[in-house]
Amino acid sequence: MRFSLLLAILGVLVAGLFALSLLIGPAGLTPARALAALIRGEGLAETLVMREIRLPRALLAVMVGASLGLAGAAMQGYLRNPLAEPGLIGVSGSAALGAVIALHTGLAAGFLLGLPLAALTGAGVAVGLILLLAGSGGGSITLILAGIAVSAMAGALTSLVLNLSPNPFAASEIMFWMMGSLADRSMLHVWTALPLMAVGWALLAALGRGLDALTLGEDAAATMGFSLVRMRLLLVGGTACVVGAGTAVAGAIGFVGLVVPHILRPLVGAQPSRLLAASALGGAAMVLCADIAVRLVLPERDLKLGVLTALVGAPLFLHLIYRTRKEGL
Amino acid sequence: MARRAGRITLALPRASDLAALAVALFGATAAAAEPPGRVVSINLCTDQLTMLLAAPGQLISVSHIAADPLASVMADRAGQYHLNHGQAEEIHAMAPDLVVTGPYTARYTVDLLRRLGIEVRELPVAQRLADIPDNIARMGDWLGREAQADRLITDFEDGLAALAPDAQAGADARPTAVLHYANNYTAGTGTLAHEILTHAGFANLAERAGVSSGGTLPMEQLVMLMPDAVISGQRYPGQTRAEAVLDHPAIAALRDTHSSAAVSDAEWVCGTPAVLSAIARVRALHGAGG
Repeated sequence: MRFSLLLAILGVLVAGLFALSLLIGPAGLTPARALAALIRGEGLAETLVMREIRLPRALLAVMVGASLGLAGAAMQGYLRNPLAEPGLIGVSGSAALGAVIALHTGLAAGFLLGLPLAALTGAGVAVGLILLLAGSGGGSITLILAGIAVSAMAGALTSLVLNLSPNPFAASEIMFWMMGSLADRSMLHVWTALPLMAVGWALLAALGRGLDALTLGEDAAATMGFSLVRMRLLLVGGTACVVGAGTAVAGAIGFVGLVVPHILRPLVGAQPSRLLAASALGGAAMVLCADIAVRLVLPERDLKLGVLTALVGAPLFLHLIYRTRKEGL
Repeated sequence: MARRAGRITLALPRASDLAALAVALFGATAAAAEPPGRVVSINLCTDQLTMLLAAPGQLISVSHIAADPLASVMADRAGQYHLNHGQAEEIHAMAPDLVVTGPYTARYTVDLLRRLGIEVRELPVAQRLADIPDNIARMGDWLGREAQADRLITDFEDGLAALAPDAQAGADARPTAVLHYANNYTAGTGTLAHEILTHAGFANLAERAGVSSGGTLPMEQLVMLMPDAVISGQRYPGQTRAEAVLDHPAIAALRDTHSSAAVSDAEWVCGTPAVLSAIARVRALHGAGG
């Protein structure tokens, strides 16, 4: 399949799912009324529902999904390991820890970017640790083991912070931070996340050609003028930005960065730079799908997004581990 | 024997019946009529009623929640008592004659206290305004403070009558209100909050949306119902996603353009005379829409 055709198909898919996401909700608006309210602002109640409740939800699904897909593809390209994924190796969990600390110490209330910057810091520390432990030549086992340790620590500390909070609702939000949800988010969350995400997207996109060169080996990439140190910085910075900003507003959503690059890799001829763009679109489509599904399957239960992505992703993860073992990597 | 009788009377809904049964069982010789000298309360709502009714020195301890101004209307006064955390061991150490609590508080603690031979009485939850005088009478009877209870009931009923809704306004003509708590939780029929709204002359939209007792009302639906008043839940320190919905831009816009607003605070929590000021505040919202 030609790359441009693939991108066009994915783009249409994302646009269609985005529109569908805008049309689903308990208010029971007809598509005509919904669009009239969204675009022309007809009817106070309808306009509030469309512009303040559904639009930010759909936008965040695209932003968070694209971020996770992109981060997964970039990490897998850099580590040349299909098991690297922000959720699985504890980057999302650490971002959630940063976010929770910011929310319950008052840092987030202090200034607007306090929340995403704290999440970014958490994610950055985790990516840095993972690369330190399982970077070049670390192998799959080291990567997964390091990921387990980072995830466990971040999860435990997140629970601790929420249990210590004076707020009676805090402890029940452990599930949100570990599984993620886009219910009842607002445009404020879109604006909170967007600046850092945009920076992260740019940093990760700049990795593309370097990742292509890296498929020939680190020495070859170095002789072609790609500095491994610079690439590592781009990867850490970019992943921290996108995963941090995304987790700060939507919680930790796992497996998107695993499933999407896995499905799309054969379609882009296993070329990492192309996989980045395709995975961004694919990730947006997957999170939109999951967010539509949680509203259709159990509309009143606030089912978490991570539950659905894990139902798809965990079996695939097991399959990948099995295959990796057979190949003796 | 006295303890057993106490437990039987618990099942009876009315204080007058309770008194009748006590007379029937014990006659004039009833040892149970001796008021308890050391009373401990381990539930926010019984905390407040015991503080209102107990004789000086009779009440030893109330729950720590009673001292939390976000949940308790008598937080200042609760500070004068020893604050307990509802742990069986700590309560046993206070050697109480009577422990009072609500029906849903710490089942294991209550069972354990009873096994330790401590008398525990459970006050039903006030789900209607009419339950409040009954509960006051019941508590007055338990504490041997019937006269104080009668005075409190008379004051409460006078206050309630003074706030009675206009009789002529039909259910359809009434302004509408909705309760919006954390996690989009709302209260419908069969709750004290519903009765506060109704007595203040509002129609509760949760009822129209088909929510009976407690349940969630999705924010989209709440906005589509266009309530004349939005009564928001109390906010606690620290930011949570649960409470973020209370200040969601869609709700804030509703408050700015269409609905009047109030906060459902400690006065709404328990069936005590404090609900009168909650009713008065909601009544003041009439015609105050933005």
